[in-house]
Amino acid sequence: MRWIWFDRFEEFESGTRAVAVKNVTLAEDHLHDHFPGFPVMPATLLIEGMAQTAGILVGEARGFREKVILAKVQRAVFHEVVRPGQQVRFEARIEQLHDAAAVTRGTIHCGATLVGEVDLVFSHIDQNLGGREFPEENFVFTEEFLALLTTYRQRGTERIPL
Amino acid sequence: MATMSRAEIFEKVRQSLVDALSVEPDEVTETATLFNDLGAESIDFLDIIFRLEKAFGVKISQDELTQNDIITNPAYQENRKLNAAGLKALKERIRDGDWATFEKDPSIDKIQSVFTVGTIVNFIEQKLAAK
Repeated sequence: MRWIWFDRFEEFESGTRAVAVKNVTLAEDHLHDHFPGFPVMPATLLIEGMAQTAGILVGEARGFREKVILAKVQRAVFHEVVRPGQQVRFEARIEQLHDAAAVTRGTIHCGATLVGEVDLVFSHIDQNLGGREFPEENFVFTEEFLALLTTYRQRGTERIPL
Repeated sequence: MATMSRAEIFEKVRQSLVDALSVEPDEVTETATLFNDLGAESIDFLDIIFRLEKAFGVKISQDELTQNDIITNPAYQENRKLNAAGLKALKERIRDGDWATFEKDPSIDKIQSVFTVGTIVNFIEQKLAAK
C-alpha cells in the first residue's frame, strides 16, 4: 500500500506555495465503504493530501534536511463533498517559517468550487522537544520519498522546478 | 507601534489562546495555567508562538520562551532535571509562573507546566519594550 494522496504537482514556488492535484477514482477501495452507495473522499484524507502537499513545500524550503512532522491541524473546514471522477486541487502557502516549525494555509478546490480550507502547523522535530534526540537518518524524507519526488518532477515533457 | 497597555496585551494574548486551544474567553485569566487549566499540549506551544508573533508583530523563538539557555546549562541540571540553582535561575526569569507541579518533578521536559497566561503577557510586555 502506498500512502500518497496526490498525483502530481501543478505549480511549485520554493518556500512560498505549491499546488498539487489528485484524481479521485472508484479504484480506491475505501470509497466503497465510505459510504456504501454514496462514495465520497473522507475529509481526513483531504487533510492528509494537504499535509503532504504542504509538508513537501516546507521540507523543500530547507533542502529536505529537516524532519518535517505534522504537529497540529489548526483549522479544517469543509464546504462540499468530493466524489469519484472529480479532481481535487490542493493549494498550500507557507505563512510563517521558523527554524523549529512552520505554519501553512491551504485551500482545496474541485474546479471552481471551494471544497475545504485546511491550516496546518509543522514541526522540524530535531529543533524541538527539549533537545530529545531522534535518529540521524531522515525517516520523513527517505530514499523512497526522494524517488517519488522524481516522479512528481515530471509533468509531461515539462518539469516542475522542484 | 504605540505603547500597548497590559490590558491590551492581555486581550490579544487571550484571543490567541482562544484560537489555539479552543477554550472559552472567560477561561483565559491571568492565573490560568496553559497545561492544567487550559488543556494545552506541548505541541500547542508552536501554534501559540506563531499566533503571538502574528498578533504582536514580533519574532519569538521557542528556546527564548522556554528559557533554553537555563534549562540546557549543564551547571543547572542533573539527569535532565533542574537542580536547586537551576530552579532559582528560572524563577528569577519567569514571573507569575505556577511552580507547584514543576517543583515536585523539575524534569526539563516539563518546563512548560510552569506557564500561566500572566507569564505569557509578561513575556510579550518585555518583547514589546525591547522592540
